[in-house]
Amino acid sequence: MSLRTNYPGKPERVYFFGTCLIDLLYPEAGLAGMQLIQREGVQVIFPQNQTCCGQPAWNSGYRNEARSVALTQMQCFQQEFPIVVPSGSCAGMLREHYPEMFSGTPQHSAALAFSSRVYELTEFLTQVLRVKLEDLGKPVKVALHVSCSARREMGVSGAHQALLQQLKNVELLEPERKEECCGFGGTFAVKHAEISAAMVEEKANALLATGAETLVSGDCGCLMNITGNLNHRKRDLPGCHIATFLWERTNAAEH
Amino acid sequence: MQQSIDFHHRVGSALHDPQIRSNFRQAMDGLMYKRQHSFPDADELLRLRLRSAEIRINALSRLPELLEQLETRCSENGIQVHWAETTEQANAIVLDIMNRHDAGMLIKGKSMVSEEMELNHYLEQHGVTCLESDLGEFIVQLAGEPPSHIVAPAIHKSRQQIARLFSEKFPEIPYSDDVDTLTRSAREILRRKFHAAPVGLSGVNFAVAETGTLCLVENEGNGRMCTTIPPVHIAVTGIEKVVEKLSDIPPLLSILPRSATGQHITTYFNMISSPRKPDERDGPQEVHLVLLDNGRSRIYQDEQLIATLRCIRCGACMNHCPVYARIGGHAYGSTIPGPIGSILEPQKAGLEQFGDLPTASTLCGACGAVCPVQIPIPNLLNRLRYERVRQDHTGATPGQGSQRNPWEARIWSSWRWMHANPWLYRLGTRVATGLRWLIPQRLGAWTRVRSAPRIAKKSLHTLARQKGFTHE
Repeated sequence: MSLRTNYPGKPERVYFFGTCLIDLLYPEAGLAGMQLIQREGVQVIFPQNQTCCGQPAWNSGYRNEARSVALTQMQCFQQEFPIVVPSGSCAGMLREHYPEMFSGTPQHSAALAFSSRVYELTEFLTQVLRVKLEDLGKPVKVALHVSCSARREMGVSGAHQALLQQLKNVELLEPERKEECCGFGGTFAVKHAEISAAMVEEKANALLATGAETLVSGDCGCLMNITGNLNHRKRDLPGCHIATFLWERTNAAEH
Repeated sequence: MQQSIDFHHRVGSALHDPQIRSNFRQAMDGLMYKRQHSFPDADELLRLRLRSAEIRINALSRLPELLEQLETRCSENGIQVHWAETTEQANAIVLDIMNRHDAGMLIKGKSMVSEEMELNHYLEQHGVTCLESDLGEFIVQLAGEPPSHIVAPAIHKSRQQIARLFSEKFPEIPYSDDVDTLTRSAREILRRKFHAAPVGLSGVNFAVAETGTLCLVENEGNGRMCTTIPPVHIAVTGIEKVVEKLSDIPPLLSILPRSATGQHITTYFNMISSPRKPDERDGPQEVHLVLLDNGRSRIYQDEQLIATLRCIRCGACMNHCPVYARIGGHAYGSTIPGPIGSILEPQKAGLEQFGDLPTASTLCGACGAVCPVQIPIPNLLNRLRYERVRQDHTGATPGQGSQRNPWEARIWSSWRWMHANPWLYRLGTRVATGLRWLIPQRLGAWTRVRSAPRIAKKSLHTLARQKGFTHE
């Protein structure tokens, strides 16, 4: 289930918005996302001038700073191609918050037009490209953590699940309180470090309790938080972005 | 600064109190489960939320007019209406009514507005005894604490803690931690007081402008007793509680208890429309309605923040808040805790006092998703984060800009410089990936419970270029 109901047919070209977290910490996830789209015969454009969606400043109350960074992004995705984002959180920012951010400014209609072209990656793969995945990997137990933005703002938890369920050797496990936040929340993790610590510890424990061998998420903020906590406590549950996971299991060259 | 230190201190003690942690976790899990099961049909829930939001939006859009109509109808019905701009005025109005009746004791039904007024404290200072008759309120009053939840005031206490409190305060009653026995003890203590109290006080869930009817939702019957047995009934409420017409009540009544406790209907639902009429055998001889503003008309003026006033006080946002579930209600330090408190309290009392509350959220959206009147709580939290640091001093929220920290502002201004200049950003990421081994393993609060993130060898910008993905 996604919040958007009308989807276009398969386009010839798309833009890819990599996100700043993926750019520096999880570039393999961004690359995997681009390759998953490219494999379906769609040309992927990666504008080199993209930086960050502006969410960190926007959520900290620094609206002018956020707006000026957002403008930089809008300028590098100007043609009428869909914009695919491998993160529920950043996609939510681009799609749901840009119109609010520019309301009452001369850029408002541009922001509306921009945001209407934004898709979260798993949403795009399932609803627009309607991908069919062939699992080439060994049997594995996977726990999925859907980020709060992917679940509530973008409504794409179903898309995450549907893609993983296409993989015949993947057993998908459900953690207790799966809908609860992992406690990342951007600057929240630093500003309210103790609350965040209590939240991530419980989330990590719930994921460990599933007995999964791999943790998969569509958002690198959550991954960095949860796997950071698991590593710190020397618990053996590796995590990766859903794009990395899908690409590795379906790409013949990897097997 | 001090408020921030105090807040972090309260949060710290709550997080390290295993009793608080488990009491809230269990109670919130139970409340979430019950709510979920009381709305088996997602489409019906959405329709009901849309309808309820529409009713509240309509009422707020016509607030001044509806309040005047409410006053007229109430007066026609014989209810005496009092207006209070501040909590001091509201307290003085209540005291004045008490004094006119030479009343030394007030029996109270549950009212969050009376908590906002700190009415008990005020009246006690003026020689009037207040007795809370809602079981949860009775418990927190015995313990000398404020409520920790707007629907379940004593939810922070376990059954055993309540049993110990009862045996300490009522040594004549034998110790028991059986819930039914404890409830019976409280009931017996309170029953005697109802007949002795000259004045009863209650809150109001909805005030109907069309008919001048005060609606009161409750489960224990104490609300009905407070509003019918004593010869004088005082209802206190915020000015935002008005709705246009009687037919607005069924949808709201259908969604409120289900959102709050998962009940389809509460045990009692009272509609108070007048004092006792000449041919009637019971009911109070006098009914007073105190309408409190206390900053609400200021919130009303902002076209986005006005949504705060839609709230029907079900508590679903706190029940579903992962932060509230861990720190509990007292840590907030405000009358109303949880997500709704974090948007309402800073607007009422000012950001100097409650500037930290809007930041104490991951913006996970659970609150907004369950709100029966669709208050966009995450968006309003975000808006108040802006208000707390903005510098232009336009707008109505008190304490605007008071939380702006020059050091933090400089960080965001450098962040902007870095991310609004693509060439600089690319240079920065090249340096970061090149010197990634220099990144320290300890990164302040982050690495207290997490290992440090590792910067990749090559950025996605570099990988995309090397793999031949076009730039335009």
